Amino acid sequence: MSPQSTNYTMMDVQEAPTFDPTLMKKKKSRKSVAFAGEDEAEEKTTAEVHSLPSTPRDEEDKQVAEITDQLEQFDGLKKKKKKKSSSTAEDGEAPAADGEFDASNLKKKKKKKKPTSESATDFDAQLAEAGLAPKEGEGEAAEEEINPEDAGDLVAGTGVWNSESNVDLTYPLLMMRFFTLLRSQHPDLAGDGRKSYKIPPPQVMREGNKKTIFANISDICKRMKRHDEHVTQFLFAELGTSGSVDGSKRLVIRGKFQQKQLENVLKRYILEYVTCRTCKSPDTELKKGENRLFFVTCNSCGSRRSVAAIKTGFQATVGKRRRQKV
Amino acid sequence: MSIENLKVHDPFADDVGDTQPKNYVHIRIQQRNGRKTLTTVQGLSKEYSPKALLKAFKKEYACNGTIIEDKELGEVIQLQGDHRTKVFEFLTDKDKEKMGKYALKKDQIKIHGF
Repeated sequence: MSPQSTNYTMMDVQEAPTFDPTLMKKKKSRKSVAFAGEDEAEEKTTAEVHSLPSTPRDEEDKQVAEITDQLEQFDGLKKKKKKKSSSTAEDGEAPAADGEFDASNLKKKKKKKKPTSESATDFDAQLAEAGLAPKEGEGEAAEEEINPEDAGDLVAGTGVWNSESNVDLTYPLLMMRFFTLLRSQHPDLAGDGRKSYKIPPPQVMREGNKKTIFANISDICKRMKRHDEHVTQFLFAELGTSGSVDGSKRLVIRGKFQQKQLENVLKRYILEYVTCRTCKSPDTELKKGENRLFFVTCNSCGSRRSVAAIKTGFQATVGKRRRQKV
Repeated sequence: MSIENLKVHDPFADDVGDTQPKNYVHIRIQQRNGRKTLTTVQGLSKEYSPKALLKAFKKEYACNGTIIEDKELGEVIQLQGDHRTKVFEFLTDKDKEKMGKYALKKDQIKIHGF
């Protein structure tokens, strides 16, 4: 019923957890990478001074301190904003000094950051040790970049992605860009290997007291590339009821059902008739093969398996009819 | 001396496990009026006496129930109320007082419904 429940189901269908670890890894690598681009940005944002490409270290230190404070305050929330500002700043000036700093700093940062948590204090300590101001900026930048998932910067081509910025783009950074763009613009393609499979949660309404309307069944069926009839047949068999399709292709089910319940049944349908058993891809087709058997053919790995026909099973007669019958 | 190639080999020898128990036990639910439901257990093989099972179910879940003779599906146990998970646990329970050594495997049972 609640939005939460819908979320869960979506996740389940995706068989999601595989998603995260990779992302995490990428992020880590990104952090280290990101510094190069972002230290520039941060310095600029904080300093505004940056018209001078090589600022003395003292100044930078101060700036850094300020930055760190800000970062601590902002932490998660303002990452985006910072990025933007940084990116704009970068556009204006890409000082040569930054480039120099980057190489040395990046290495150091990588080592330090991976083991430690990314708290600002840690960074400060590291910075103090290193004595180099730009590092802090980079560190912060890294924190900011942790969220590169918001593709705005990538898409806009600002910041590191500006064609004019002379920062070296590392492989993981590029991969990150590739996947974020892919995911934002071609979710279907991205979903392939990763088992993420999303269907919209079923919209369930009550009609009167005894009927349930499943409104977006045709939409869901389209997503799954299955026939409406097949899905309805399955639903009716599983729920042990009957029903009909109304004028606007909504499914009217006899009995009271909640969204969560229908989600469960849909999930089972997907497991049984949609996902490929070999590669877990949902990109499959259901076809009637020889001998009236149904076969699920996977479009991504080509495997083919037979699925059981839907059987209704025993239906107990309920209600008034029963008395008539006897 | 024996020649490996000439041994008699049954190609279906190792095939038994998967194809055999296709006759699942289906546990279903059906809505009645209001929030009342029926649970039906269908497809129990003939080694199990539905009568004895029904008696056990009725006592265990404090519900009523009957055995229905179906032309195609044989005897179906029908219980009042939603006892699907409980029936499932009962049928797979190897406890002496329940199924004992006749307990079903979990992949032999299919639970239907929401």
